[in-house]
Amino acid sequence: MKSIIKTENLRLYYGKKEALHGISLEIPEKQITALIGPSGCGKSTFLRSLNRMNDLIDNVTITGTVKINDHDIYAPKTDIVKLRQDVGMVFQQPNPFSFSIYENVSFGLKLAGITDKEEIDARVEESLKQAAIWEVVKDRLNDNAQGLSGGQQQRICIARVLATRPEVILMDEPTSALDPISASQIEETMIKLSQDYTIVTVTHNMQQASRISDMTALFVAGKVVEYDETSTIFMNPKEQVTSDYINGIFG
Amino acid sequence: MNAKRIDKIARYAIQTMVAIVALILLALLSYILINGLPNASIDFIFKPSEAIKAGGGIRDQLFNSIYLLVLSMVISLPLALGAGIYLAEFAPNNWLTRLVKTLIEILSSLPSIVVGLFIYLLVVIKWQVGFSILSGAIALTVFNLPLLTSSIQNAFEAVDHKQLEAGLALGMSPWKTIKGVILPITVPSVVMAIILASGRIFGEAAALIYTSGQSAPRLDYGNLNPFSPTSPLNVMRPAETLAVHIWKLNTEGLTADSDAVSAAASAVLIIVVLLFNLMAHYLGNKLERKLTGKK
Repeated sequence: MKSIIKTENLRLYYGKKEALHGISLEIPEKQITALIGPSGCGKSTFLRSLNRMNDLIDNVTITGTVKINDHDIYAPKTDIVKLRQDVGMVFQQPNPFSFSIYENVSFGLKLAGITDKEEIDARVEESLKQAAIWEVVKDRLNDNAQGLSGGQQQRICIARVLATRPEVILMDEPTSALDPISASQIEETMIKLSQDYTIVTVTHNMQQASRISDMTALFVAGKVVEYDETSTIFMNPKEQVTSDYINGIFG
Repeated sequence: MNAKRIDKIARYAIQTMVAIVALILLALLSYILINGLPNASIDFIFKPSEAIKAGGGIRDQLFNSIYLLVLSMVISLPLALGAGIYLAEFAPNNWLTRLVKTLIEILSSLPSIVVGLFIYLLVVIKWQVGFSILSGAIALTVFNLPLLTSSIQNAFEAVDHKQLEAGLALGMSPWKTIKGVILPITVPSVVMAIILASGRIFGEAAALIYTSGQSAPRLDYGNLNPFSPTSPLNVMRPAETLAVHIWKLNTEGLTADSDAVSAAASAVLIIVVLLFNLMAHYLGNKLERKLTGKK
């Protein structure tokens, strides 16, 4: 299977404290990869280093390499706007802008310099359809996105990411702030999206990881303890730690 | 006593306090309006003041107040926006930032007469600017800046950090995100800060007595040459404002009807502040709707 993201000996320091102790992972294309592990294990930090969201925190130092499509994203001449369009991000709390639904979804397009109204309209519709919310909002695209329910807002955020046609979508516990029904609907959408997009998701929900992901990596204390196909991790883990974590003995 | 009864008593107590506050404000307002309005008229607003004779108006003082308000806002709003945004979004959390924040707090409790006398010594005397609209606007800016800055800073700090993250994750720079995403959200709070500041400025007398001065030379409203001494637009002319006029009438008023003029001028001052607030609210709502698509 072709891998799209390759990290080699990725180390990240907050000041002098080392938070990631040399992560080397290959993440396959058009699959869902779940990052699991106890709180504070570094899985979100790792996720955020894949689109350089850690750049904005003071005192962060990163060594090692992160390659996406064989391109080193920490190379000095990396275009951050382009990177973040190729590698979109969905957050734990739905965070649509205080604009209309239409403006939310078209925001990234305008930023990318697309001005053709017809193209923007088409992409907005396409993205909202892919995020499975078009039917709900097609007649009120000019309403403020923050007036929608939490699950619907999260879909708008997914559509906002899809509009720029990324290759990779990073999701940081995308369903943990939602009710169970909205959560399972978002899971369905994620599975559908994985036909065309590479998804890397952080989750605290073991069932969710086993339900939707193809690959699973267990992070403990800034290291990857085990990384394998999800079925192997859950049915037949090689490490005792993994088995203990899956079975709720620690974490 | 059970919880239900305590709850009831607490609610009554709170309601009583609200009623007291409302009553005091209502009593003050109605006193000023009942005393003032019978003496005010359209003619009163559009007629120049008199120093000795009875029957003077407040035309130039009213204009001066509005002109000073606009001028000091034009100077202080950009400064306060810049400083407030910097402190809320960019300032590193170190001793220098904390020092600046403390200084702003200290400045905001500075008595306005102190600000006025300081600007008098520095700008009016030392820099030889003289009693002028400009000196007054500088005094008002110093007086206004700390509170406006901290209100704007609070408005930006109140916006959810996740909005900033969302913008950055789409590839926007921090500045673009602040301008395009955060600023529109803060519009209602910033408008509120402007309204409060304007009320303070409009009613301010102490900071202006020694800066914009206590004399109101007759203005020729047809003269729009900003360098002419009789032009209303001239910023180098002395300009008594409405609040200073009221103060002066009550301390050294020479006209026979100074009590009536002072009462009427007070009523007009309150009504103008009210009108200004309503207008700012209306414009703020309109701006917010335009920026955010809210209905």
